[in-house]
Amino acid sequence: MSYAVVKGAGYVLVHTPDMIFHNGTTQTTERYSNPESEYLKKLPEHFRSYEEVVSYPPNQTYIGTIKPEDLRKYDMPWYDKKVEGADRYGKLGEIMPQEEFLGLMKIVDVFDLVKLEKDFTKEVKTKLGNHPLMTEELVAKLKEGDEIAAIEKAIKEQHAEALYHHNKLVGCVKRAHEIDPNLNAHIIHENLIAKASGVLSFLHLIDKNKLDVKDVDYVIECSEEACGDMNQRGGGNFAKAIAEMVGAVNATGSDTRGFCAAPVHALIQASALVQSGTFENVVVVAGGAVAKLGMNGKDHVKKDMPVLEDVLGGFAVLISKNDGVSPVLRTDLVGRHKVGTGSSPQAVITALITEPLDKGGLKITDINKYSVEMQNPDVTKPAGAGDVPEANYKMIAALGVKRNELERTEVAAFAEKHGMPGWAPTQGHIPSGVPYLGHALEAFKTGEIQRAMIVGKGSLFLARMTNQFDGISIVLENNSGQGAKEASVSEEEVRTMIAEAMRNFASHLSK
Amino acid sequence: MDLENQKRVKDLTEQHGGENVVVLLGAAEAEAAGLAAETVTNGDPTFAGPLAGVQLGLRVFHAVEPDFKNEVDAGVFDDQIGMMEMVLDVDSIVEEMNSIRSQFVKY
Repeated sequence: MSYAVVKGAGYVLVHTPDMIFHNGTTQTTERYSNPESEYLKKLPEHFRSYEEVVSYPPNQTYIGTIKPEDLRKYDMPWYDKKVEGADRYGKLGEIMPQEEFLGLMKIVDVFDLVKLEKDFTKEVKTKLGNHPLMTEELVAKLKEGDEIAAIEKAIKEQHAEALYHHNKLVGCVKRAHEIDPNLNAHIIHENLIAKASGVLSFLHLIDKNKLDVKDVDYVIECSEEACGDMNQRGGGNFAKAIAEMVGAVNATGSDTRGFCAAPVHALIQASALVQSGTFENVVVVAGGAVAKLGMNGKDHVKKDMPVLEDVLGGFAVLISKNDGVSPVLRTDLVGRHKVGTGSSPQAVITALITEPLDKGGLKITDINKYSVEMQNPDVTKPAGAGDVPEANYKMIAALGVKRNELERTEVAAFAEKHGMPGWAPTQGHIPSGVPYLGHALEAFKTGEIQRAMIVGKGSLFLARMTNQFDGISIVLENNSGQGAKEASVSEEEVRTMIAEAMRNFASHLSK
Repeated sequence: MDLENQKRVKDLTEQHGGENVVVLLGAAEAEAAGLAAETVTNGDPTFAGPLAGVQLGLRVFHAVEPDFKNEVDAGVFDDQIGMMEMVLDVDSIVEEMNSIRSQFVKY
């Protein structure tokens, strides 16, 4: 059986400043415990404009305009640097402004739960009408909008979640049930955001890679939300809901969860489904997490810098049967954090990095690029969480020294050669390995890299079901016909066997 | 130190007595190690958790400090912590831990 390949990728960011204030859990918790908070008063002064978000170097990296390695050309901190002439559309996706996204939430809502004010609807309709990926059919779903009085009433009397734009009430998300806590307005709002940003990512995947959406057989959704009702909190299924919106009429799908590690779990599942011949084209998709907006906002405000967690992230990747060109997913070189692995960093890195390498007889330095948790250090460093990718590269290098594959003096330079600076928003599952896939496709094409490792890690203990940590990894390799040869040899063998059997049969007849 | 861990340390100390408790830290940076050490000795400096204003004065060490390293099997230490010892800024962690211990430890 031939390995599956990574065929294409799409990435989106959505600038949602009002949602930082109203829906990010750091802020909602603060409002609950300290309503007169100085932090909440100061917060809006630290919001960035849409233009600032678009020209922010890490964001341009996320949508494919800048190579990750080229981020190093910008001195840190990055928040006061600009990519000159930055555009909202990049090679791999786009950065959508808030008003268009609120419209998209309405478009993907099939239960008439999103209400947008009339004038706002008109404005958004014009804007989305000009969006290259929004068909007339999609835009028509915005309808005419509602009176502001009806929206205010739903918020006041029926616990609807308010939608703001530039601090002005422009709509709401209604609850989907009167008493079911899993269908309340808060959860529907959160889930529609994940769905809408997943849809946008999927649309970019199709567009940027010139795919026929009807060819998609299966969709795996791997965000961090759960949709269901009071009888099944996470019944599902975001995957099929997203597939329906983008017109993937020949697809079904399912949701995979595993905190921040979920995208890499999904990637491996998709590879296995394709490699086994069950499906030819599987899309792995995830939308963003609204709760994480402004997660480190207190530290950013304290350090008098902009609140950088002001975007939702989304991505979509297509895994297809071997085309002989695109990089292959080496399902035989998979690392995983097992129940018995233990939680020391050394045990984790050994399980995720060197165990798969050992299976392939590879050294740490045989992987050109490690894509670990590619969290943007501009966000994490001021919050005291350090530079996450950098720390990972140091650990991988130190393990290399312990295995005598690297000199101690080479540890410092390892990150530069085999790593990249982080550029992904701290949206949990979004930074985890997958942001590099789009850039990797290009780097494989130009021959810049021969192998990459995609690593996902997840903090399972946050759900209070286990104290376990989690992680999973897979090697991506240049397509040189590996794996395919095995299949053709056995086919030939079958033909020889049949011919031989027929010859024997014929000789029996002639006797 | 997160609130849940503060609660655990507090409960264990009440159960076993401060003289029978040693706290072992694994923080990646000196500053973070210092804050955690301060929490279990002089009380939560952020005044947010169960140890706010509670001066337990516990003995506290970081996993890369020689005080701990010399007490455990060298092979196990190398297997579990050797790699991180190479990665972390051990000197500044030791300095920070010594500073906290000299001020606040009661045992």
